[in-house]
Amino acid sequence: MKVVVAVKQVAVLGDEVEFTDDERDVDPDYLDYALNEWDTYATEEALRLCEAAGDGEVVVVSVGPEDAEEAMRRCLAMGAHRGIRVDSEDQLDPIQVARALAEVVRAENPDLVFAGVQSADAVQAATGTALAELLDLPRVAVVTKIELGDGKATVNRELEGGLLDVVEVDTPALFTIQTGINEPRYATLRAIKQAEEKEIDVRQPGDLGEPAYRVKKMFVPPKGEGAEMLNGNAADVAQKIKEIVEEHTG
Amino acid sequence: MSVLIVAEHLRGELRPVTLELVSAAQELEGPVAVAVIAKDPSVLTDAVDVEGVNEILSVKVDPEEFENDVYQQALEQLIEQREPQVTFLGFTVNSMGYGPAVAAKLGLGFASDVFSIDGTAGGLVATRAFYGSKVQAEVEFPGHDRVMLLLRPTAWPPAEGAGSAVKEEGSVSSSCSRARHKEFVDVATGDVDITTADFLLSIGRGVGDKENLPQFEGLAGKMGAILSVSRPLVDQGWMPNSRQVGQSGKTVKPKVYLALGISGAVQHLAGMKTSGTIIAVNSDPEAAIFNVAHYGAVADLFEVAEELEKLY
Ligand SMILES: Cc1cc2nc3c(=O)[nH]c(=O)nc-3n(C[C@H](O)[C@H](O)[C@H](O)COP(=O)(O)OP(=O)(O)OC[C@H]3O[C@@H](n4cnc5c(N)ncnc54)[C@H](O)[C@@H]3O)c2cc1C
Ligand SMILES: Nc1ncnc2c1ncn2[C@@H]1O[C@H](COP(=O)(O)O)[C@@H](O)[C@H]1O
Repeated sequence: MKVVVAVKQVAVLGDEVEFTDDERDVDPDYLDYALNEWDTYATEEALRLCEAAGDGEVVVVSVGPEDAEEAMRRCLAMGAHRGIRVDSEDQLDPIQVARALAEVVRAENPDLVFAGVQSADAVQAATGTALAELLDLPRVAVVTKIELGDGKATVNRELEGGLLDVVEVDTPALFTIQTGINEPRYATLRAIKQAEEKEIDVRQPGDLGEPAYRVKKMFVPPKGEGAEMLNGNAADVAQKIKEIVEEHTG
Repeated sequence: MSVLIVAEHLRGELRPVTLELVSAAQELEGPVAVAVIAKDPSVLTDAVDVEGVNEILSVKVDPEEFENDVYQQALEQLIEQREPQVTFLGFTVNSMGYGPAVAAKLGLGFASDVFSIDGTAGGLVATRAFYGSKVQAEVEFPGHDRVMLLLRPTAWPPAEGAGSAVKEEGSVSSSCSRARHKEFVDVATGDVDITTADFLLSIGRGVGDKENLPQFEGLAGKMGAILSVSRPLVDQGWMPNSRQVGQSGKTVKPKVYLALGISGAVQHLAGMKTSGTIIAVNSDPEAAIFNVAHYGAVADLFEVAEELEKLY
């Protein structure tokens, strides 16, 4: 059993922001990085399926600069066996990322491919489904449960309002994994050390095609009427909250 | 610009996002066609015949409910046959399963979670959020004659008023469906109904630890509020999903919504942004929740909770 998991190192913006000179992106000095939350669940699910099968391999793949290997190492510390990074410094759209991933994933010939439902920084919910198309794989988006059968799987797809759609899907297939599907394990210190030794293969991307979109201008959202800010210490804030609650629930 | 909209429906009923897409399409001032892809489209065509729709395309397919291969095959053919400049889908779970696949296959310009559009500046410009909703950007689609946008639900009001659209049969051929709908399983009803509460005390990942929950349950009781939560608390099994506010939980509209330690992700806002009065406490002054809150405090939620305890 081989499962390939697409994982992204996402950017986290703190409480201050400046833009690059061309105003098309945030100045990287204001960004921190982390493994995308959805991808920890996808990695965990892949590990569990392999463990249940008794043998197997979990391969994490990512498109990004060398720094992105930090996110991949977290997955390796959870137990993923090896990684492949497609080297790119550029801000890519989801379809370009899918193109960059397609080549390496196809070559792995996996039984299942996982992506997260969405990346926390870009919220596109698009890369996994685009990748499935490029690989010509059946796919289900927003999966909260997987049961493997013979040549098929039965999965829950979580719709708006929490309604579950039970879907039977031919395998090999690609699933985009939703949070809550499992409880991701913590990596032990020892596992984190061992992960340093695991292999991350680096590849160069092929032609990624025309971008699906181009950022024209990035900005801080206009505050509109905005929230009226309650100032003072915690006691002042609590007092004001009490007054507002009384005024509006009365 | 000519627009093609794909209607979304579930269990025989049109979903509200469809009429919101019609409102958005009217901003582009071109002909608007709505495709109804269903086993029996005729039961839905009246519901989409609202002001602003020029044409309704009935596309008959085999499955009773949404299946992503079926929608993908139908939409690809409709786009190839009709060459709409813009295709609108809702930014919904169904669309996530086939929209990006169609865009990848046909090489369309593409953006998702779009909440504002402008077609007046020459080409199409769409606005969406980046970096955890803390910043926004206008994006454009150079080199693409055809663009697909997944539009954020509730960003536009639903179109209304009786329409006079031309009704046609769309003809598409379909091959196999590799991911097949079996059944729906409804969410279990919980101990309380958060949708009928006047006052919700809503807590998010900012509360940190499961051990802290009793404190907030106690505080809610004292304040006369019902406790609700954001999704991560349900994901971790701390609270039942009947208490979850948001797109995959409940839509609530209490008189007062007091949010402690909730960042304001789009899927959370979808469930509470029409609340009467929204008060948000968050230690991050740039948290997106402050964009929808009426009152905000940049503060430690535990300190504020402790002070509230003393007042009630
Ligand atoms: C298809 C789909 C459906 C979804 N449906 C839902 C849904 O129905 N409901 C939902 O909520 N989410 C939903 N989500 C998840 C959503 O995208 C976010 O991940 C989630 O809402 C984040 O929850 P949060 O704000 O509690 O956590 P976070 O985003 O982690 O925010 C925690 C906040 O707490 C603040 N904080 C931390 N410590 C303190 C402190 N001591 N004092 C004050 N503030 C503090 C932080 O500054 C931060 O802003 C869905 C996602 C997808 C993809
Ligand atoms: N640069 C990337 N490298 C690898 N996987 C990615 C990348 N960007 C997105 N993905 C995958 O696609 C999912 C959805 O991301 P998005 O479409 O950007 O919302 C993520 O959870 C990852 O699984």
